[in-house]
Amino acid sequence: MPRHTLIAYVEDKPGVLNRVASLFRRRNFNIESLTVGRTEQAGVSRMTVVMDTNEHGARIVEAHLYKLVNVLRVDDLTHKRALNRELALVKVRTTPETRVQALQLVDVFRARVVDIEAGALAIEVTGTPEKIDKFELMMRDYGIIELVRTGAVSMARGRESIGANPPLVHAELANGNGAVAPAPVSGVAMAH
Amino acid sequence: MKLTGAEIIWECLKREGVDVVFGFPGGAILPAYDALTKYPEIHHVLTRHEQGAAHMADGYARASGKVGVAIATSGPGATNLVTGIATAMLDSSPIVFITGQVGSKTIGTDAFQEVDVTGITLPITKHNYLITKAGDIAQAIREAFYIAKSGRPGPVLVDITKDAQQQTAELEWEKAAPRLPGYRPRLRALPSEYHRATEMINAAKRPLILAGQGVIKSGATDELLQFAGTAHIPIAVTLLGIGGIPATHPLNLGLMGMHGEAWVNQAIQQADLIIACGMRFDDRVTGNLKTYAINAKKIHIEIDPSEVNKNVQVDVALLGDLREVLGELQPSVHAAEHAEWHASIAAMKGDSAVRDIQNLPDSGHLYAAHVINDLWRLTRDHETIVVSDVGQHQMWEAQYFHHEKPRSLITSGGLGTMGFALPAAIGAKFACPDKEVWVVCGDGGFQMTLTELATIAQEKIKINVAIVNNFYLGMVRQWQEFFYDKRYSNTPLIGPDFVKLADAYGHKGLRVTKRAQVETAVQEARAHAGAVLIDFRVEREDAVFPMVPAGADLHNMIRRPHRQKDVPTKTADDRDWEMPAVATTAATPPASLHPPSAPKAKTTKAAAPKP
Repeated sequence: MPRHTLIAYVEDKPGVLNRVASLFRRRNFNIESLTVGRTEQAGVSRMTVVMDTNEHGARIVEAHLYKLVNVLRVDDLTHKRALNRELALVKVRTTPETRVQALQLVDVFRARVVDIEAGALAIEVTGTPEKIDKFELMMRDYGIIELVRTGAVSMARGRESIGANPPLVHAELANGNGAVAPAPVSGVAMAH
Repeated sequence: MKLTGAEIIWECLKREGVDVVFGFPGGAILPAYDALTKYPEIHHVLTRHEQGAAHMADGYARASGKVGVAIATSGPGATNLVTGIATAMLDSSPIVFITGQVGSKTIGTDAFQEVDVTGITLPITKHNYLITKAGDIAQAIREAFYIAKSGRPGPVLVDITKDAQQQTAELEWEKAAPRLPGYRPRLRALPSEYHRATEMINAAKRPLILAGQGVIKSGATDELLQFAGTAHIPIAVTLLGIGGIPATHPLNLGLMGMHGEAWVNQAIQQADLIIACGMRFDDRVTGNLKTYAINAKKIHIEIDPSEVNKNVQVDVALLGDLREVLGELQPSVHAAEHAEWHASIAAMKGDSAVRDIQNLPDSGHLYAAHVINDLWRLTRDHETIVVSDVGQHQMWEAQYFHHEKPRSLITSGGLGTMGFALPAAIGAKFACPDKEVWVVCGDGGFQMTLTELATIAQEKIKINVAIVNNFYLGMVRQWQEFFYDKRYSNTPLIGPDFVKLADAYGHKGLRVTKRAQVETAVQEARAHAGAVLIDFRVEREDAVFPMVPAGADLHNMIRRPHRQKDVPTKTADDRDWEMPAVATTAATPPASLHPPSAPKAKTTKAAAPKP
């Protein structure tokens, strides 16, 4: 199933993360990653949700997110020109023989060594989730001791800010499925 | 004006126009109950169980169109509300629930009667609040009322800690106005969508309106009738849509779905355009989605965007308040007759009407359908509210009690909550003290909340209760008869002597065993000043027809038998109804496991043959 990246601006209030997470559980959607942090606006947090779903599912999630009183704005970056970045910390087992090779790969991936001890390297790598996947794959040869990924954060390219202010008419929803290809029949049963 | 948090609660309720609340006191809500003594203008109805309070607030809200209020203490008080909250959520009832919570310092310590109420009710409320400071109470309550009644209505819970009730704070009403930047209850569709919709409506040859509860919630009866009348479009109603348009209106076909009339479901399958008005394509309405109304284009007029394309893919969605949307559509709808379409529906109707139990002579036995139809005849000239419970009697009520006015039927549709009727009727009576209120319930559901008979006694209100008593959990028994080879696992049940029970609570009790006694009993009940309970001993193994088995195609229904048998069927061989072949296969395993039978659905006229 295709991957969808949704951005949700939410009020920075207690329990909001729980409301969003519960929604995915309640409606039976799989979250691949969910990150949350503050934004340029005081009192507004921003979530990046990466999920496995088809177009129909993404529209359903979007509509349900909007139903949450604390959700200010939802955007689907899947079909937009967007920056997707993730950070990972990888602790790799090294021997004097393999260390140089590992360091070369660190260079290739433009990653950074953030800690070094006899027998281990801690590496910080940022990039698209796909790049991190690949780096992880390469490091596996040396033996990964520990790995942590932040999950993707995303932002649309271009000059404009999406901002937390909702549009007056929410085009995709107001359009019915006019703007969206009808989902296959198999998608129908999903929401229930 | 400095007030305690407890006083702020009541002050806010008063300013929101509340004059009656339903509740049950306890430790964490004690400060609020103490402060209530200073507010004689608010009447508190003491229930016997918090679930009763929740259903009463629900019945009040549905009968009046106003926001109902229920109040309970922390822990078990709050958890007892849960069934009522979920009932209100599924049926979009505007209710504000207020619960006490342990002191803010002890939250998270598993203190006595502490439970995570906001966590528990998160998926079954439209929104909820945990308030730990007296200064935050006013805004939370104002927002709760606003959220509960605006947009698609629903329940909102405000959980208030005991110390917040005890602290004092300044009540600044204006400053406490709702601030909800993310809440958008009013949506509007684009003009281009209206244009597409009217083109479809004007081009349709076999249009059909599906009217749901939205008609009632939005007060769109007149607009819908005008709209339907202009283009002569027949209307089918959902269970909760009953009363939204008069039962006797010539365009009203009747109930759709699992226990809808055959001609209504056939009309849905044959229509070339479906205009869904304030309904959500529930599985009890659609049957198998793969074969549901596949000949029809679909327009969905809906206030909640998350309902659009959820179960059924539609061609145009008109978001917004139904009354406003219909008002905008009306000028561009062309007058039409659709005579051919009406003639074909009439033909289907003629075929079904002969099977109707109402057209059969009185055989001396008491059938629930007769009871309900007689009840309707005897009360039709009066302003009557029927509150039905959940099960067979609920379906018979929907089929044989003909509701002419909005809010004259109150029933738990989405959640199907047994035990709803009696407490909801109490709430309805408080909303409409001048109306005659009848509870129609089964002996099973009645026994779940009969404790509220004491509330009726304490409040000295007049409610009539018709128990359709077959000594079975009838609907489950019917499923066992149809789909589980008559293995009646745990469906036969005994109850108390309901006449004596009524007497014990200080009410009048009557028993009816023959159809000839129905009228006398109903008139006696109506004439009696106090509450009356009638124990209708009906045919034990009667079934609700027609029936679309769960997950089966809408046009493949189990039809009414030609002759209503006097003797209940004892074996599978002498049953007088016929299971459609498609239905048998679809009913047992999940429908999704079966290949789509789309080609079959094209020949709807040939479907569901009967000898």
